[in-house]
This record gives sequence, structure tokens and C-alpha cells, in this order.
Amino acid sequence: MDFLSTIQIALRALLRNKSRSILTMLGIIIGVGAVIAMIGIGQGADQTVQKQIATLGSNMLFITPGSGTQGGLRVGNGSTKTLVEGDVAAILKECPAVVAAAPATQTSAQIVYEGDNWGTRIIGTTPEYFDIRTWAFQSGTSFTRDDVTTAANVAVIGETVRKNLFASTDPIGKKIRIGNLPFLVVGVLVAKGQSAALSEDQDDTIIAPLTTVQKKMTGQPWLRFAMASASSRSSSYAAQQQIKALLRDRHRIRAGATDDFSVRNLADIADVASEASKVMTLLLGSIGAVSLFVGGLGIMNIMLVSVTERTREIGIRIAIGATESDVQRQFLLEAITISLLGGLIGILTGVASSFVISSTAGWPIAVSTTAIFVAALVSIAIGVFFGFYPARKAARLDPIEALRYE
Amino acid sequence: MGENRVHALRGVDLEIKRGEFVAIMGASGSGKSTFMNILGCLDKPSSGRYLLEGTDVAALDKNQLARIRNRQIGFVFQGFNLLSRTTALENTELPTLYARIDKGERRERAMESLQLVGLGDRTDHFPSQLSGGQQQRVAIARALVNRPSILLADEPTGNLDSRTSVEVMEIFQKLNDKGLTIILVTHETDIANFARRSIVFRDGTIRRDGLIANRSVATDVIKTIPQLED
Repeated sequence: MDFLSTIQIALRALLRNKSRSILTMLGIIIGVGAVIAMIGIGQGADQTVQKQIATLGSNMLFITPGSGTQGGLRVGNGSTKTLVEGDVAAILKECPAVVAAAPATQTSAQIVYEGDNWGTRIIGTTPEYFDIRTWAFQSGTSFTRDDVTTAANVAVIGETVRKNLFASTDPIGKKIRIGNLPFLVVGVLVAKGQSAALSEDQDDTIIAPLTTVQKKMTGQPWLRFAMASASSRSSSYAAQQQIKALLRDRHRIRAGATDDFSVRNLADIADVASEASKVMTLLLGSIGAVSLFVGGLGIMNIMLVSVTERTREIGIRIAIGATESDVQRQFLLEAITISLLGGLIGILTGVASSFVISSTAGWPIAVSTTAIFVAALVSIAIGVFFGFYPARKAARLDPIEALRYE
Repeated sequence: MGENRVHALRGVDLEIKRGEFVAIMGASGSGKSTFMNILGCLDKPSSGRYLLEGTDVAALDKNQLARIRNRQIGFVFQGFNLLSRTTALENTELPTLYARIDKGERRERAMESLQLVGLGDRTDHFPSQLSGGQQQRVAIARALVNRPSILLADEPTGNLDSRTSVEVMEIFQKLNDKGLTIILVTHETDIANFARRSIVFRDGTIRRDGLIANRSVATDVIKTIPQLED
């Protein structure tokens, strides 16, 4: 029998039991839909995390003091006084993989502009900070090295601060009050958005010269953190090791003793994040795989019922000249039609639901064509695998018995 | 089970020539069904030989047997055995599908076959929309569509009233007159009398084999049966 007629017969047999066919397909629809949606969502989430991490800065390394032992007491990150400006200068000078470094301190304060006020984070640093974080200005410029030297009262504000204090006016050149000190706004940074890795609004900040914050606000000469830039992504690990070695040396930490600082590499943070989303994708993928398997069993079950119901039809076909392979092909094709049709509907549902979920979560939509292609192939494979036994059973029927079957 | 082997047929030796119209008779359990299944290549004899147009069927594989059933033999059953929810035309077409004849010719042959049995105007009807006689005629059309040399009919009138039975016999006689070999299984002597030769089976052996003396002619018999109102 030719292929086209076989397909026609298969489709007609399925249409005869519409609701049964649809219910049988459901397992495959859910399985394929789940896999497609999960892969799409997983990839979307992964891309988002990677993008957010990239907003932290290019090949950035994050150095914090702490995790050291002081007089028998373990102290938390950021509360020790061991990291100083000299360390940062040394890092830049002595670590070949580091191309830029910025010392930083941090405090928080209430900002006042005319009638409005806003509480935010104040970072004191040097102009290199903006380069390391690849943070551009939407208007104005950075403060200068001279401003750092002279501890000038100048500030750069983030987008969230601008929105809250300067809803309709241009902030450049305006005087604001930080705590009790008057500051001149010289620049407004572009929005970077929420950081998933640091779980904070990166734009809710004011950045001022390091010396100004240290001398006039915190009164602390040590650093709360420092940032450095490796020459390339691949050299971040080398840079991390160089910084570690240098700081251990400068802080006179004996071999075997714990560091009194920590150096985090952006690539590490990114890897951890993508590892997490990989695990998620794998987990959801295996749920899909299980429902595909169960769906396949459903097809086998229905095909066995169908073979029994149509015993007489099979007998007639064999009597008038159908060969074993004709009958087998007919039933196999029926199973494949169910699973492939289910697979295609599943692909549509999966793509549609990943669109819906991605747009709700604000993730980029990542529909993988490979996943769609593989899903279609897997559906065919399920049809072949689970349809084989019932089809074989049909083909092996004894025509004399089958014709007598009531 | 294995110890008490039952022989459905024993010592059956006969020859049916091209163009014959043979009625096979016998009570149930006489072995006539087994005989028909062997003739129809649905069953193989456990011993002995069956030569079909000179070929020993025992030596053929399953696919070759399927091919013989498809091309050389046409089957007509007591229960019509049409596919339900499938039109008369498509039912008739079925054997051509397995003969790998292309679509255009399939249609043409099926139409031709249906016209031959007088159902040219019922092609799109489903079996459930046809009377028993009409269904059996569709089955005959299906049996003829691949132009077989032998027609095997197993109790073809068993489910039909007497007038319709004679109508079916009329078709058989016409086909036989054109040279088709017909082998008909029946337990009704009236029906067997439309054949040319009758073979009576009993307990797996041939009881009687001879020509029918007063052969009925269906075209004449039909005039004596009043037409029933539908």
C-alpha cells in the first residue's frame, strides 16, 4: 500500500474516535509542551542573569575586607579595617592582569533637594570606578582626580535618585544636601537596573570622591571594598590569584592562615548563576521526559485497545491481500500520527506558554529551534517505540480467527 | 491436546478446473470451512498438497500468499465483512490499495466493479445505509476489483432472504458464464443447485462429488419469487 493512502487511513481511524485520540495525545502534548516551555524559560532566565551580571562591570573583581580573625573573634565582611588605599594602588601597580582598580567606601545618608528628601547609599571612590563598572553618564560627567585630591563636595547621582529628587528639572549644576553638607551635582548615571546577583537597585546610589566621603562623612580612613578590572574575561582568574597573593603578602598573613579579605571574580558569580539555571532546566526537562514516557504508554494502551476492537477489520484486510508489513505499517503510522500530532500541539503550547511566562517575568523570550526540532523527532520516536508492539500484534493476527471475531 | 489430534480433512483429493462453478456442501464440522480456508490461502494443510494454477502453495511465504489472496482470489463472506463507516466505493477499492495500483485506476476499477453488480448509483453509501443484499453486492464488487481468476464465497446467502439470495446467485451465474471460477460454500440445496457441480463433505472426507442434474437458472427462478415491499 502506498504511503499516502496509509496516512489517509490512519487519519481517518483517528478522526473516528476524536475524543479518544485527543485524550491519548494529551500526555504527549503536556510532555512536549513542558519540555519546550522549560527550555525556553530556562534559557530566558539564564540570559537575564548573565546580562544582569554583565551590568556589574567588565571582567570585574570585587575585593572586600573581612573573614579574618582578629583577636580570636571572627568578624563579618566589610567590618574590618584592613583594606586600605595603599592596597589598591599596589594592586594596580603589581598585578599584571589588572588594568584598573578603584578603592571605595560606603555609607548611607539622607539627601535633600529643595523640599524633597531621599535616603540612599553613598559610595566614595575614584573616577576609575565608572570605567570598571562600564557605567556611562546620561548627562554631565564624572568628578575628577583633582576632586578626589581636594575632597571636593561634588556628586554623581544614580537614576533612582534623579527620579525621586529631580522629577522634572535637570539635576546638573544643582545643589543638594547630603547629611549636613552641600554638594554640587556634576553627573547623572544611566540606569543599570536591579541586580540579581547583588539583589539591590544599582541605580539607588550617589557616588562622590573617596576622600570627601572618608573625611567629611564616615571619618574612616579604611576601605569598605575595592573594585578591579582584569584585562580580559579569561584573565580574571589570574587577576584574582595575583590580588590574593599580593594582599596576603601586604597584610602579612602567614601560610596556612585564612585571608583577612575576599576576592570575588565576576566570572565565578556568573558561573554559579548559570549553574543554578542549568540545574533548573535539567530538573524541569526530566519532568517533561517522564510525562513523555507516560504519554507513550498511553498511546500503547490505546493502540492495543484499537487493535482488539478492529480485529475483524484486520482479518478482512489480511484476507483481501494485506501483507503483515502492510498491517504493521498501518498501525505504526497511526501511533506515530497520534504522537507527532500531540508533539506539534505540544510545541505550540510550549512556545505560547514560554512567551506568556517570559513576558510576565520580563525575561527575554528564548525559543530554541533545536528544542523544537528535537521535540518533533522525539514524538516520532515515541510513536515508533510505543506503537511497535501493538502494530506487531495486529500484523500477527490469524486471519481465520480474526474474521470470526465478534 | 497434542495427543488427540483432530483431522479436519482426510484423504481429500479433487481437482477444480478453470471456469467451474462448484458448490461445497456439508454440515457444520464436516471440514468444508477448513477446505475453503486452504483454497483461499488463509490456511495451509498440515500434510498433503494444494496446487493453485500449478503452484504448490505450501512452498510460498506469507507475502506470496498475501499476493495470491490479493490478485488471484476474491473472497465473499456470509457476514459481508465490509468496513463500517467506509463508503461502498472505498470498500470496493480496498484490494487495489494492497495491489499498489495507482489512485486514478483504483477509482476506475472500483466504479467498474460496482456497476457490474448493479450498484453504480450507491457508491457513496455507507454499509449501514445499504440493505443486506446491497452490502453483499458491494462485497462481491470488492472481490472482483483485482480481476481474480477464482471467487470463493463462504455462505454468501446465509444472511439474506430468498429473493436476494437468488439475486446474488444471478450475479454469480453471470460471472461464471464469463469464465470466472466460482467455489461456493452453502448448506442449502436450493442455493447449491445454481452451481454446476456439487461436492458434499462429511467428517473431513468427500462424501459425494458430481455434476448437478437439474441446474437452476437464477434469471428464471427470480420471476417466481414475489418482490417484497421495502
